[in-house]
Amino acid sequence: MKTIQEIEKIRNEKRTELDLRINTQANTREKHILVCRGTGCTSSKSPKIIETFRKIIEEKNLQNVRVIQTGCFGLCAKGPIVIIRPEETFYAHVKPEDCEEIIQSHICEGKKVERLLCKNIDGKLVHQLNKLDFYKKQKRIALKNCGLIDPENIDEYIAFDGYKAIQQVLTEMKPNDVIDMITKSGLRGRGGAGFPTGKKWSFAQKEQEDQKYIVCNADEGDPGAFMDRSILEGDPHCVLEAMAIAGFAIGANQGYIYVRAEYPIAVQRLKIAINQAREYGLLGDNILGTGFQFDIDIRLGAGAFVCGEETALLESIEGRRGQPRVKPPYPASQGLFGKPTVINNVETLANITKIILNGADWYASIGTENSKGTKVFALGGNVNNVGLVEVPMGTTLREIVYDIGGGIPNGRNFKAAQTGGPSGGCIPAEHLDTPIDYESLAQIGSMMGSGGLIVMDDTKCMVNLAKFYLEFTVAESCRKMYAMQNWNQKNARNFRKIV
Amino acid sequence: MEENCANQRIQAQTKEILQKYRKEKDLLITILNDVQEKFGFIPKQAQMVISEYLSIPMAEIYGVITFYSRFTLAPKGKYNVSICLGTACYVKGSQKLLDRAKERLKIEPGEVTPDGKFSIDDVRCVGACGLAPVFMVNDEVYGNATVKQLDEVIDKYMNL
Repeated sequence: MKTIQEIEKIRNEKRTELDLRINTQANTREKHILVCRGTGCTSSKSPKIIETFRKIIEEKNLQNVRVIQTGCFGLCAKGPIVIIRPEETFYAHVKPEDCEEIIQSHICEGKKVERLLCKNIDGKLVHQLNKLDFYKKQKRIALKNCGLIDPENIDEYIAFDGYKAIQQVLTEMKPNDVIDMITKSGLRGRGGAGFPTGKKWSFAQKEQEDQKYIVCNADEGDPGAFMDRSILEGDPHCVLEAMAIAGFAIGANQGYIYVRAEYPIAVQRLKIAINQAREYGLLGDNILGTGFQFDIDIRLGAGAFVCGEETALLESIEGRRGQPRVKPPYPASQGLFGKPTVINNVETLANITKIILNGADWYASIGTENSKGTKVFALGGNVNNVGLVEVPMGTTLREIVYDIGGGIPNGRNFKAAQTGGPSGGCIPAEHLDTPIDYESLAQIGSMMGSGGLIVMDDTKCMVNLAKFYLEFTVAESCRKMYAMQNWNQKNARNFRKIV
Repeated sequence: MEENCANQRIQAQTKEILQKYRKEKDLLITILNDVQEKFGFIPKQAQMVISEYLSIPMAEIYGVITFYSRFTLAPKGKYNVSICLGTACYVKGSQKLLDRAKERLKIEPGEVTPDGKFSIDDVRCVGACGLAPVFMVNDEVYGNATVKQLDEVIDKYMNL
């Protein structure tokens, strides 16, 4: 277990050591080669790239070069991605065979490997990550550490203000102060429904019970959505820290993370992070020596879309079929094992530490009147820059699809964008200038949802897509209500006939 | 006789898994995940051992197993071909991959070829949307897939 002073010592020392990660002008001879180890890049052999880099560095006996695995950089379409810092060079589609050239040319001779650089829409080669069109309109808050730190190293997290928020909360704030701050920031649930987070916390806080729970909903079920997975893979500690803060705010001492078993990398990193946090005394019986007690366990989902619904999720944690409960009573009064429970989505939690450290006013200054902050989207389908993007609320769909996403491939036209997963809607071209926030999306008949955003070009058939989603809902129904199941089946049959 | 031995082995291995866990009912799904991982399906013998350990009726365990798509009651093929039907893969043509796999292996999703070598799964989003369309053979991911590539991969495993 470490004291506050010891944690601060790690923070200061590590921060100096890692300055080159965020300072392109860092005065150092050291180079960090960052390789994405998110699910996408891992599937396209990034572990092999890391291994090859390390082997070459050892063979050449190079000093001052380190190879680091990180979470997702966002631009999955260009994966596997390698970034070299401090100069922030962005290499795309790197193969293990390219490692030798990168080391020899870039690291040893100081010449960039131009054939691996990206081009912007104007055709110019991009030498620096933040000069890529893809990143220009983005604002990374929830994804702040993704692609910057090694997610399996707690010291790197601590270096970039990690566990500073919980320290501030435990030493300077009362539970009510925390809840007021979150309420004032205007943060709303990122799982889709957009319920004000501060309000949710205050409901649970008011309950008079000895035992309360914090649950993190990481059952990201919408097909085409991978925001939460990327956060867990790239920055697991920020979720743990936020859960402990929420626990302090409502008076809970136990947290559960309900995560899909289909996310093996995320599960593995969470396990490592929890063990490291316990070792440092940042989870457990006496956090930072303040007497505050909070611990976290992982529960694996087993492939049921409906378990993303909060009461179905609770049923599943309790070991039963994931069939939703009747509300009220709401989980804030009777949730897990019948006790008051706050259930927050991963992305919601990823915003908490930043709000505590930068203040509610800072957060409330980003976004639109009723939708504050940023939203992470998993941009997929017929769009050039498939990947993970985080934009301020109020950014238009056009900006996301064309400026960030780089438009539609093969010179096709935009037909529609699907948001909100199976229960959301398709947004046609005439609404491209709609600002993305909770109200505007609801107004045009779609919804924010958890953040899957799938672009379709003019060759796609909308009737076929409707059939696809109906078949999905038939397969993934909780089977509690016969009428619902019957209705879905009938419609799916009708659509199949048309298609 | 042989079957008896197999049953006893399954029971022993399940008991080994159970040693890690307290006798709490809420651990059922966690335990089933472990058993599924170990055997590739959830054998009846294992269900009986779990039922006794957690004091949960067999019928309830069966209900849980059949509710969650990750759990299966029969073993999958030696090479399980999963084709992603998440939306991102679907709009990029993964239905064609599924149709081709069904045609080549002459089985439907969820079934196993008579020789036990192949099975097909249609899965909902493996999270590699950047590589869409995607299919997997066991844990190996094939991104930006084409029908031709699927054919080649199936050929490769057929000759193994």
